[in-house]
This record gives sequence, structure tokens and C-alpha cells, in this order.
Amino acid sequence: MSDMPKADELFKSIDYTPPLTGWMETPVDFSPGNWCYPAKPEKIEYINSKLPGLWGTPREWSPGDADWKLPPNWKETVVNGFRERLEKFRTLKLFMDICVRCGACADKCHFFIGSGDPKNMPVLRAELMRSVYRGEFTLAGKILSQLTGSRVMEEDVLKEWFIYFYQCTQCRRCSLYCPYGIDTAEVTMMARELMHLVGLNTNWIMEPVSNCNITGNHLGIQPHAFKDIVDFMVDDIEEITGRRVKAPLNEHGHEILFITPSGDVFADPGIYTFMGYLMLFDYLDLDYTMSTYASEGGNFGSFTNNEVMKKLNAKMYHEANRLGCKWILGGECGHMWRVVHQYMDTMNGDTQGPQMATPKSPITGTVFDTAAATKMLHIVEFTADLIKHGKLNLDPSRNDHLRVTFHDSCNPARGMGLLDEPRYVLKAVCNNFFEMPEGTTREQTFCCAGGSGLNTEEILEIRLRGGLPRGNALKYVQDKHGVNTLACICAIDRATLIPLADYWAPGVQVTGTHELVANALVFEEGEERTMDLRQEPLPGFEDEDDNWTPPNAEEA
Amino acid sequence: MNALYSLLFVFLLVLIPLFGVDAAHMKTIFGVCIPITAFIIFLLGFIYKVVNWGRSAVPFRIPTTGGQFKSFDPVLFKQNKYDCPQTGAQTFVRMVLEVFAFRSLFRNTEASLHETKGGPVVAYKSSKWLWLFAITFHYSFFIIALRHLRLFLEPVPFFVNGLEFVDGLLQIGAPTMYLADIGLVAGVLLLLGRRMINPRVNYISYVSDYFPLFLILAIALSGVYMRYFAMVDVIAIKELTMGLVTFNYHIPETIDVSFFVHVFLVSVLMVYFPFSKLMHLPGVFLSPTRNMPNDTRAKHHVNPWNDPNIKAHSYADYEKHFGPAMAEAGLPLDNPENAGAEEKA
Repeated sequence: MSDMPKADELFKSIDYTPPLTGWMETPVDFSPGNWCYPAKPEKIEYINSKLPGLWGTPREWSPGDADWKLPPNWKETVVNGFRERLEKFRTLKLFMDICVRCGACADKCHFFIGSGDPKNMPVLRAELMRSVYRGEFTLAGKILSQLTGSRVMEEDVLKEWFIYFYQCTQCRRCSLYCPYGIDTAEVTMMARELMHLVGLNTNWIMEPVSNCNITGNHLGIQPHAFKDIVDFMVDDIEEITGRRVKAPLNEHGHEILFITPSGDVFADPGIYTFMGYLMLFDYLDLDYTMSTYASEGGNFGSFTNNEVMKKLNAKMYHEANRLGCKWILGGECGHMWRVVHQYMDTMNGDTQGPQMATPKSPITGTVFDTAAATKMLHIVEFTADLIKHGKLNLDPSRNDHLRVTFHDSCNPARGMGLLDEPRYVLKAVCNNFFEMPEGTTREQTFCCAGGSGLNTEEILEIRLRGGLPRGNALKYVQDKHGVNTLACICAIDRATLIPLADYWAPGVQVTGTHELVANALVFEEGEERTMDLRQEPLPGFEDEDDNWTPPNAEEA
Repeated sequence: MNALYSLLFVFLLVLIPLFGVDAAHMKTIFGVCIPITAFIIFLLGFIYKVVNWGRSAVPFRIPTTGGQFKSFDPVLFKQNKYDCPQTGAQTFVRMVLEVFAFRSLFRNTEASLHETKGGPVVAYKSSKWLWLFAITFHYSFFIIALRHLRLFLEPVPFFVNGLEFVDGLLQIGAPTMYLADIGLVAGVLLLLGRRMINPRVNYISYVSDYFPLFLILAIALSGVYMRYFAMVDVIAIKELTMGLVTFNYHIPETIDVSFFVHVFLVSVLMVYFPFSKLMHLPGVFLSPTRNMPNDTRAKHHVNPWNDPNIKAHSYADYEKHFGPAMAEAGLPLDNPENAGAEEKA
């Protein structure tokens, strides 16, 4: 982050005045930092062997070069693909036709708010595509191209797409304010599908896609390594609580299959959330298993095209059937839940085995009819139900060193409507909870600016600019209420919000909701803990810090 | 520039009937042929477009959720029924609010940046101007369109008379001034002004954004001129318009040329309508992020082109690939043979 401007300087550099040149004439900046690295050819070769014909030609190329090595028939491919998708997606056809350019969406996008680049106004982002729609497919656009803002597909247009459709996190905030519900996420998905057809892709998305397919998770953790990591977490839990928890993997004959994003297995602070799940399930003596084969809740396919989204998602039912599970419990994740809530049953519902049934909490007996079709329940719903029934012995004072606020992830907020349950859980497990300002939470929440596959280092400045609205709201509660912890229910958040907070609100740490649940969870009457899941001393036990060696310190 | 082009273009359009009727005496063309042709184009174009949208598939159920969904415990977690509908009836209310009250636009906020002593601040405040301008414009237009039914129906329906009465309630001037006339002119001017003055909106505006506004302004002004200044012969006009709907064409001599200008501009609007962004009128009803309930976790939705051939990378292949390592780590295997045979997938 050494060449990054300081937060104040970056803030001062934001200018909302549009350039003097029209947007079609304004050149695009292709210097490094403005684009994600393209996918390694072998990743494309692999996925092309599984789902042929959707990926163009695997090759080495760079957006910084003048020649992107597009296939000779690229224009035809894109235009035909566009036409095909107009028939397959009413959203696309409608959203291409009905925008009146009222501009209500303009300052709703976090990337626009943080950059001032007019092409980051959702309306103009979609115009990048609409202009081509009018120029290629409508009579008025063909005859009166200048007057109607129309143009035909050209290489420069495609390159502009690559830059700006990878500066959209598909967070849908604009679609909330649009009087016609035009959803830029949908437009971005279509543009990315078309770009994939001619081999324009990013490695940060395609490598996870390929990994998810082979190993079951986006990091490519192989089954034995996965088990090692889980065992390691079980050791840590024992260190903290004195209790050795169960962590069943790939076991047949359990009622519940638990699937969570693999980011939580791999990286701090997600691992604490994962430990939280393990502790909760052990406390409940839950009849469940996890799977190394379906060890990724997140669906990186949803950042590429609907075919891969379906293929990767299909693993969940496939594994539930194999292991004989009745229903699936899903961990804290954003886009995973968009896919589960709005796509999964439509795509793969017909592959559910006869053993599957509407989720029913074995602890409280609650039947979750709202998940009757997918047979998949959100962990926060599950835990909220437990708390409501008084099934958890909680000591929220164990989180008293934390002053907590909650970040609604875009997808659960605007692609699901899961808003009150996580707040209910958080308020039950910690005493100091504060909301960020109105207009930045719930359905109006701001993105972490790393969603939809943009969580990569090479575009860090773009991400931090896009992170301004969230970061600034966070700074507000930090200054006002002394907030030092940002809770969330998304694994991508747990990765992206850390640099965001370090930059815009230094001193705030990021945590999953179930980390705080497990902190507060009293295993048995009289259980005393001296440290939290991060092995930091709890209030009242700070003294022990001096003569206490962190476990595993030798290994580190 | 785009605004100027549009204005000039509308001026030219006004000149056409002025010359055509006054100088060239083509009353039949301007009073009958053009409006009827325009109406047919409007009708067919409108229907074609809507049917064409309707023929596109709706593969996924993707409402934008604007509030708390229906929870497993609706008492503890109260559903926001009309921003996050779960049933058909709730979705219907959401659509009614969207179409008749511009619900989403009502939510509008304005973001601004401030440098304060405490550091940078991004502030958001409610911004309802666009909503106000839009609702003034659309309702005025709607009321005026309904009032015009008087010219095409005999007897005049009661609600048209009622509407006229309410619209003219202030009883100012003679003929009585209609509120909707003021609303329409004011609404158009405000929307135009906003489009020209707001730098961001100005930046994204094409000729095709200004043109309909200027055209509707010209229609409104020509109508106002006819009613309040030229005081055209309404009885003669009704003779003409009833002739149009009964296919019994007749053009009384006493009709002022301003009527032909008005009708010509309306004809242009009708022809322009189906090929332009004005199709947001029917479009809003079809928008999949608004007109579908948020219930796909509870109810199966069918994607007509769902491809059953896309299947998961199978567990059997996975176990073949990782069998030895899995066996060594003590993970259960479905096929014990995989423990030994390492194979590349």
C-alpha cells in the first residue's frame, strides 16, 4: 500500500464535475491498477474442458497491451451472444429499452462516490452496453446513432466494458433507487458473460472457479489439508475453552450438511467465525457433517456466467444426497446467499434427493417453511431461533471489550432481505451494539467494494475508493461511539473490510457474527474463559497476558 | 447542444402543420390521415414491443429486496411486506406503489462530500425533487389525457366530467384554468431545467432525452394556446374527433390552425413513443426486480431454458482424484479402492 495516497488526500482528489468531453469520446485509462490480472491460460483450458464453448481461446494477454489477442471473429461472437441473451433474459431486454436516464442512480454507487468517474454512475455503466444494444439491434439506433447515443461493437468498446464491468460489485444498491428497478448487477453479469465468450476474464475469478470445481473450494485446499486445518482449529478451541469439539467431515448418515465459504477455513479473521460454528454445533450436539467435496459455499461461478454458477452450485445437493442429509445449513456468506436464495432451487432443485426435507431445527423443533423449496437454512436464522427459544447459555459480557457495529452485506440485504436476524443475534451476544448512520445500512447498505470477484490486490486503489462510503460510515461510529469491531455475515467482507477499515477507519477490527456468538457461548455452568477466540485476554484477565505464551507460538 | 438540437427539431415540427394547413390547405392530411396513421403506429409499435419483451424468458426470480423478508418468525422479525413482498398480493401492492406513487424514486437521496475538522465526511440527505417533478409531470399528463376522452366518447363518461370539475376547481379565469395544464407545463420545465442544469444528468443526456420533453412542452403550450387564447371551436373539434373514432371523417371549416399544430405534435409523439425510452410506461410493469415475490427459497420457480446437462463435478471423480490423500488423512471413502489408485482427473 506504499504508493497509495493518504486517505485525506484521496478524499480531496474526488471530483464530481464531469469531463468536458462526451463520455464516448473520453478515453479509458488502461494503466496498471485499473484492471484485474487476466486468467492464467491453464485455468481457462481446464474450465473449457468442463463447460466447452464459453471461454474463447486460452492465451496469455494483458489489458495493458494494445493487442488483447482477441479471436478473429470476436465481434460476431459478442453480438450474437448479446442477441441470444436478449431472448434468454427479460431483464436484459427490458433494461436495455426503458432507462430514461433520470440519474437517480448516479450517486448511489460506491465506486462513483469514491471516484467521481462518470462511467461509474450506474446509468452510464449500463449505457456502455445500451449504446451497443441500440446501435446493433434497434432501428432508431441504426439510423440516428448520434442523436440516440448509439454505437456499434468495436474493440475500444469491448475494452471499455472490461474496465468498467469489473468496477461493479453487483451490489444492487442502484437498483433499489431506480424507478424501474433496473438492476446493474444483471447488466454486469450479462456483460461479463459476453466478455468470457471471447476470452476476456480475470484470474481472481477464474482460478477460484477452477479450484472450486476440482477440489471443492476456491482456495484449492485438498481434502487432507482441509482436515488438517479443521483439526488445527479444534486444537485452538481446546486451548481456549478446554473442550475438544467434534468436527465431522464427509460422514454419512447425519441430518444436516453444513456448508460455509472456504475463506473461513483459510484466513484470519474468518477462521474465528469457523471456530464459532464448530463450538456452537458441539454445544448443541448437532447431528451434522461438513464436506471437503462441497467445501465452498461461495459461488465464484456467479461472477462469470450462469452455466458455471449452476455447475458449482450443483455440488451442494449432490453431496447432501450422497451423505443422506435431510437439509443444508449455510454459513455466513454474501453472494453465496444471493445464489442460494434466488437461484439455487431454480437451477438445481430438481436434483434434490427424496431424503431431503424442509429444514427443521432438531433443537427447537421450528420448521423453516420459508426454506421449503431449497431445503437450505441460513446459520443466522438457525441461531436466532435458538436464542429466541433460550437454548443458548450466553454471557454477552465476554464481548464487553468490543464495541460492535454491523455491516449488512449487499447480497443478504438486497437479494434476500435478511436484515433483522443478524442484529437480533448480535444484540444477544454483545452488550455494546451501535448502528452506522441511516442511509448506509439495511437495504441501503454500502458494498465493501470487493464483491463479485474484485477482491484482488492489483486494483486496491479502486477498491479503497469504492470503500469510502462504508469506511466513512464506520469512521463516524468509531468517533461517536468508540466502535472497534465491525461485524458482518460474509466471508468476502471478512477479507475486504480489513484493508478498508485500516485505510478509512484505522483501529476497527472485522469479525464474523458467529465468532461473537461463540465468545459469549457458555459451554457448561461455571465455565470460565480468560481469552476470546483470537486468544486475546477477556476483560479482567489482561494481567495474565504477561506470563502467557500464545499457543502455537513455537510453530509460527 | 443536445438540448438545442431537440428544441430546433420541435420548432421545425411546429412549422410543418402551419405551412401544411395554412399555405397548402392539406387539412384532411393533417386532421385525419396523419393522426390515424400515427395512432396505428403507436398501437402496433406499443403492442409489438410489449409482446417482444414478454417473449423473453424470466429465468430467475430476482426481486430487489428493499426491507426485511418474511422470517421464520414473522412476529419477532416483522416483514416489510411492500418493499420485500413474499406473496402475489404483497407484490401487487409493491407494484401499485411503484407505478402510482413512484416508491423507489421517493427513496432518493443525495450524497455529498465535506471536509470537516474531524476529517472527511460523506453525507446523505433525502432528495425528493426529482420525485416531485416527476409525479407532477406524470399525473398532470395522465389527467389531461383522461380529460381528452371527452372528445372521443359520446356521451361523455361521468368520471371525465368529474375530473374536469376537480381539475378546474379553482375557477380562475375564463375559460376556467385547469390545474393539470399548469402542472404539465411546470413539470416539463422543471424536468428540462434539471436535465440541463444538473451537470451529471446533463452529461448523460442525449437528443433522445431532450426531444420528448420539448415535444411534450410544445404539445402542452399549443393546447393551452387553443383553449385560453385562440378559444377554438370545441364543438367543431368534437365533430372531427368523433369522426375519427366512428370512421366517418369530416373536417369542419371553423377549426383554427392551432388545432392542427397540436394534433400534429401529438401524432409525432405517438409515432415516437414505441421506439423510445417512453416505453418505460409499460416497461415498469414488467420489471423482474419489482414484479416478482421474494419467495424462491420457499417455492420452485421454473427456468424454461434450464440445462439439465450441466451437472456437478461428481464426488466419484473427486474421490478417485484425491483418494490416497483422503485415506491417509483418515477421511471416509465410498470406494475403498480409491485409497490406492492415484489418478489424475
